[in-house]
Parts: sequence; C-alpha cells; structure tokens
Amino acid sequence: MSGHQMPKTHYLNDGHGLKSWLLTFDHKRIGLLYLLGVSFFFLLGSAFAMMVRLELLTPGGDLMSADTYNHMFTMHGIFMVFFFLIPAIPGVLGNFALPIMIGAKDVAFPKLNLLSWYVFMTGGMFTMYGLFIGGVDTGWTFYPPYSSLYSTSAVLPVGLGVFINGFASILTGVNFMVTVHRMRAPGMTWFRLPLFVWGQYATSLVMVLGTPVVAITLVLLVLERVFQFGFFDAAKGGDPVLFQHLFWFYSHPAVYIMILPSMAVISELIAAFARKRIFGYHAVAFSSIGIAVLGFLVWGHHMYVSGQSVYAGVVFSLLTMLVAIPSAIKVFNWTFTLYKGAVALEMPLLYAMGFLGLFTIGGLTGVFLATLGFDVHVHDTYFVVAHFHYVMVGGTIMGYLGGLHYWWPKMTGRLYSTFWGKTSGWLVFVGFNLTFFPQFLLGIQGMPRRYHAYPEEWQVLNVLSSAGASVLGVGLILPVLYFLWSLRWGKVAGPNPWGARGLEWETSSPPPTLNFDQPPIVEHEAYDYLSPRPATPATPSDSH
Amino acid sequence: MSFKLPFFPEQASSLAGEVDALTLWLVGMSAFFTLLIAVLVVVFALRYRRRTPDQVGARFDESALLEITWTVIPLVIVLFTFAWGAKVYFRLYRPPAGAVEYGITGKQWMWKVQHPTGQREINELHLPVGQATRLTMTSEDVIHSFFVPAFRVKADVIPGRYTTMWFKPTKPGRYRLFCTEYCGTEHSRMIGWVVVQEPEEYQRWLASVPVVETLAQQGRKIYERLGCEECHAAGSELAPSLAGLFGRDVQLANGTTVRADETYLRESILDPDAKLVAGYDAAMSSYRGQAGEEELLALIGYLKSLPAATAAVGDGSELR
Repeated sequence: MSGHQMPKTHYLNDGHGLKSWLLTFDHKRIGLLYLLGVSFFFLLGSAFAMMVRLELLTPGGDLMSADTYNHMFTMHGIFMVFFFLIPAIPGVLGNFALPIMIGAKDVAFPKLNLLSWYVFMTGGMFTMYGLFIGGVDTGWTFYPPYSSLYSTSAVLPVGLGVFINGFASILTGVNFMVTVHRMRAPGMTWFRLPLFVWGQYATSLVMVLGTPVVAITLVLLVLERVFQFGFFDAAKGGDPVLFQHLFWFYSHPAVYIMILPSMAVISELIAAFARKRIFGYHAVAFSSIGIAVLGFLVWGHHMYVSGQSVYAGVVFSLLTMLVAIPSAIKVFNWTFTLYKGAVALEMPLLYAMGFLGLFTIGGLTGVFLATLGFDVHVHDTYFVVAHFHYVMVGGTIMGYLGGLHYWWPKMTGRLYSTFWGKTSGWLVFVGFNLTFFPQFLLGIQGMPRRYHAYPEEWQVLNVLSSAGASVLGVGLILPVLYFLWSLRWGKVAGPNPWGARGLEWETSSPPPTLNFDQPPIVEHEAYDYLSPRPATPATPSDSH
Repeated sequence: MSFKLPFFPEQASSLAGEVDALTLWLVGMSAFFTLLIAVLVVVFALRYRRRTPDQVGARFDESALLEITWTVIPLVIVLFTFAWGAKVYFRLYRPPAGAVEYGITGKQWMWKVQHPTGQREINELHLPVGQATRLTMTSEDVIHSFFVPAFRVKADVIPGRYTTMWFKPTKPGRYRLFCTEYCGTEHSRMIGWVVVQEPEEYQRWLASVPVVETLAQQGRKIYERLGCEECHAAGSELAPSLAGLFGRDVQLANGTTVRADETYLRESILDPDAKLVAGYDAAMSSYRGQAGEEELLALIGYLKSLPAATAAVGDGSELR
C-alpha cells in the first residue's frame, strides 16, 4: 500500500521547459496539452451556461438583453460541442492511453498528433477572436437564412474556427486508425484488444468520414454569407433546408463521436472494478462499429417538421430506432459484467454506474424523439435540450470524468483524495439530474428552446433547473482542485493502484517516455483476471 | 373527451389524446427499463462487493441466449413504437378533405393571419371549435416554426415555399402559440394565441372585424392589378388556363407531371421558367417583388376559388 516510489525518469520529467512541451511528439504529453485545451474551453462553455441559467431564473428577460442572451446560448453550444465534447476523450484519454494499451511506444504519426493539437488550438483561437468581437447569435446549428443573410454577428471567424478545428478531428482519427492497424504489440490480435481501443477505432471512422461534410457545409455557409452565392437562398433558387441536410449529415454522427469514446471508457472501468472480463466482448466490440455505421443513416430525425416529406420522416424514424439497439446491447452487457464480479466501489466505477443510469435515460429519450408522432410535439422544445444533455453530460462527461479518475494515477503517478472525489461525484450526479430532469417536463409542456423570456407558469421548473446547475457547477470545479492538489501532495500510486489488467498497468506510473522498459508480448485475452497477475517492472509484485 | 394529465398541456385538438397516449407508452416503457438497469446495477454492485483485496470476478462473460434476448426484445419494442409513432404522424400531417384554409405569414417577429373570409389578425388566430383547419404558411425572412402545444402539432415556416399543417380544435379556450425555430433577437416574443370559440361567438367575432372582401376577392384584385388576364384568359393560346387548375396534375415540358398545389402556384408566379408547362413558350416574366407573401396567399386563394372550365383544356391534363 504505502511504499511506492515515483520512477526516477518518466515522461513528465524527461525534458523540461516550454519548448519540450510545445514541440513534444510524445502522445502522453500531447494528451496533457489536450487536457489543458479542453479544460479551458469547458470552463468558457460553462460560464455561458451559467449566464443562460441565471437569466432563466425569472420569466422576464430582465438580466440581459435578448440579443446578449442569444449570444450566450450560442457560444455555450459552440464551445461545448466543438471544443470540448468532440475532442476531449479522444484527445486526452485516447492519446494518453491507446498506444500503451496496445503495447506501442507511440501513435503511428507522432508529428501529426502534435499538429492536430495545434490545429485544435488554432480553431479555438479563431473562435475566441470571434467571441471577442461580439460572438455569434445563430445557435450552434447556424441555420440559414438567419446565419447567412440576417445575423450581424461574428459568423465568419467562428465558422472558420469550427472549420479549422474539424481538421484536428480528422488527423486524430487517421492517426488512431493506423496506429491500431499497424502498431499492436506481438500477440495483440484484434479480439484481444481492450474494448476502449475498439471504441476509439469506431470513433475514428466517424471522425474521418463525417467531419469533411461539416467542413464543406461551413465553407458553403461562408460563401453564402460573403458572396451571396445563394445555395440556401430561396430567392436565388437555393434551399434553406439543404443546409439542414448537410449540417445534420455530420452533426448526427458527431454525437456518436461524443458518446462512443465515453462508452469505450466505461468498458475499461467496469472490467477493472469488477475484475471481470466484459460480458459479451464481441457483442460490445461489434456494437461500437454498428453504432458508427448506422449513425450515418439517421440525420433526418432532426428534420421531421422541417417541411420534408412524411415518407422521409418514416425512413429516418425506422433507422433511428435501429441505432438504439447496439447501445441497448452495450448497456445490458455492462450491467451483467457486474454479476458475479469482485466489485470495488472506487471513484471510477461510481462514474461508470452514474453513466449506466443517466445514459439509459438519455438513450431512451432518444427513442422518444425518434418516435414521429411524439417528436412533432416536442421538437425544438426543452425536451430535446434535456435529452441531449442527458447523453452528453450524463453520458460523455461521466465517461470522461470516470476515465480521468481511472488513469490519473497512471498519468501523474499520484492518487487523489477519495473523499473529495466521492463528494464531487455526488454533487455532479444530483446537480445534473436537478438541472435537466425538469427540462423534460418543460418540453412536454411546450416550452420552446432558445427562449430568453417565457410564460410565468414555467418559472418553478426553471428555478429548479438553475438551482441544479449551481450544484453541478460546484461538483465540476472540485476535481480541478483535488487533481491539482494531488500533483504535489497525493500519495504515490505505483504501477497498478487498482489491481487492474491491461498493458498500461504493466508499466510504471508515470510511464517512461517510450511507454515500456521492454516491449510487451501479449499472451492473454483482454481483461484476463483469472490468470495470475503479471509482475510489473521496477516494483516487486504486491497485493493491492 | 379531453383531460389534462399532470405536466401535459390541455388536450385541445382531435389528435392530442393520441399523442398523449403514445407519450404515456414511451414514458412507461422507459421508466421500466431505467428502473430495471438502475436496480440491477446497484444490486449487482452491492451483492458482489469485493471481499478480499485480491479477489477477482467469476468466469461468466458470455451467453448467446442473453445476447439474443436483449437484442430481440428491445428490437420488437422499438419497432412497435416506430409503427405507432408513424401512424400518428400520418394523421398529424394529412388534413381531412374539407379543412378550412388559412394563410399564415411569419416574419421577424410576428405572425400574420389571413382568414378565408378576409379577416386579418396579428399574433392571434380565432377559430370556431370543431372546424378542421389547415394552415398554409410561409416566411418573409428566416425559418420560423408555428407551434401550439395544446394541439400537439407544429411545422417549420420557411421562406420561399409553403409548408402546411392542420388540426381540429375540440375545446373552446385560449391556447398559446409560439415560434419555435430560433429566428433572431425577438424569437421569444414571437408568440400569440389561438382563440377557439363556440360557433356563435366566432360569428360575432368575425362580424366585429372590419373586412370588405374575402381572401379570394382580395386575390382577384391582385390578379387584375398584375394583369394576369392578358395571357391567362380562358381560351388563350399564350398561357394555360387557370380555371380549376388548383389540385390538378400538370404536364410539364420536360415530360414530368406535377400537382398544382400552393407551392407550385407560388413558384410559377415568382419563377415561371422553373416548371414550364408542356405546349407553351417560356414567355412569362417573373412577378417577384410585385407581390408580397400575403398578397401571394390572397392571389392563390383566388385561384383556388376558380371553378374548373367546362371546355377541354389544350394541354391534356385531367380535370379533377
């Protein structure tokens, strides 16, 4: 238990100074660079969220002007979706852990990896510039003709920022796919891969195939706005609904870019803390690919009331129902992994359990929205807002936090305070539900989205929601504090504080720059808890 | 019969009850599975707590039977849900014959209503209870969406084309109307009321609004102002006859056939070359800029009112 020592050299102290970080090719350092980046944008996105919820405490639009409010919810959406939810898990946890988990010493293209971070940050800087000159008020969905002909806001720099950022996604996706194909350690066959790798691989498919479409869509929007080309302008023979098709063709798969990595983390957490092979390994692996593929076929479910034919609605509804099935399969398999496991209720598992409950609600409300007759009523209401926050916060963020809490000791060599961890976890769980569950009710009652002021009868539910947001906010700040604290005063973790299986736990914490002292050879299935524990280098095997 | 479920708006249209029943199915089904997962997760996590530091889980990680079960059962459930939802959706978007037509023009940030009898309203729509009502809608600027929660129906309102929706109000009352597609600064103030009245009260209201002409009569005036008769007079060889045109199939020069609905008529006025009719030259100039959206709605209202001509029309299209 006690008595671990930090390894003498590891990737964090292998080279000092700003240059060694800003010009690093080490995937682990790049993962930390991404951690800084996404945390910054998350903070920004949260600040906007706080402003939105403060305004909505009262029915009247009394805290800020309607125009300011419209900028607030738009910038909240843009920073959260494009600069946090999409890059976070692949950029931070994927970058850090994936190569180690397959027994490689880095990704296939380390320079492209660093480039992807710079592209991400450049996109972010363009968007920040757009923010400083006033921000955007079109909603994160940028629908024309409002965004092309009517809005006087900073659509151009922000649109360009998002466009540039897309290339970071594409680079990461290409890098991960090639890494998984070409750099697995000897003995690491596809079906011995940890499910985290399967999930990141599926995500990479979507990133590479989908992102170019939003890139082109944004280019078209910029051309429309600057040169009035008329693609989306009815008066010139164009069609505003065309934008919606193009936009959602990417943005629906994008939500699978956000959830697949989180699901990938959940597999690791449950296996590690139940000390049991994930139930239905093949089903889970194939479901990841299934979600990635089916996810490209359902974009029209965002458009049931947009004026498209009822027959189009029928086709998209049926396909959307089908994409729910692999997610359901995964949830059942994760749940049954716990059966006859050896469960330890550590922080990462608590997050995984939170995910199971909240993602189930989020996913099932997706089925609500896929249902044509119901969606007509709640489309563009708070029901939709509640649904996507359940999957993106209750799903993606739970997986992200769980993964951070799981791999933090590996990344830093330190353990964090379990007391503060559990406190923040409960605050997040309670705060989150208090924030978003009332929004389902508001949606059924008909409260539209993106409303600055609303009828009085909806104030009680809005106050509950805003109160929940404050609790959630506190819960989310705490990890920043206790993680930072742990860097200096946390107990030294040792190579395998959780007693988990996986190649990342067979090297020191933090790992050496090339990940392993000796390149590993894989002779076991993933999550093979029934075989004897492999000895970890630099420490005698200990019982923990 | 209509009733108010907790957290639901009033059921004030003929389809509201069906939408609510569908919703209750979704809620019940979801609550069941959510509780199931929550209970299983908590029970398993507690029941199978680690007892010693080195303990590992048992070997039980595959079961074809379980995989099939939890694939097939959810699949059956979602397919059933899909089918019911599709059925309700068709009902929501297929107006019955004989629905009374109203014109809606959305613009930043108000709703302009045109009654067939000529009355106009801003941000309010007065209707008699029990009347199947069809809205033909367009926008003068950006995309809006016309939403009445109590009727459980909405449709986007788009510039450059018409979208339609219908409902049958079943209960007198005042029901909130919202724009529900973000449309700029005052989006949350683009709201109003649908006022459903008993028939006598509705007649009194109609009489109280000063109106000189019905929508079709207003449209006739615009028809004359724009000089349409010069080419479209009955028997003219310059242009197809408009008598009875609405609702008919039209043969186009490119060999295809289109239904002459509101969107077709509007497009043919603003962009006549888009769908050139078989047997005619492309001689019609565009009237874009000469009639606003509300005027177009009135003009189309006039065209709809024209009875079919008795003489055969030269282009071979069928009379309906």
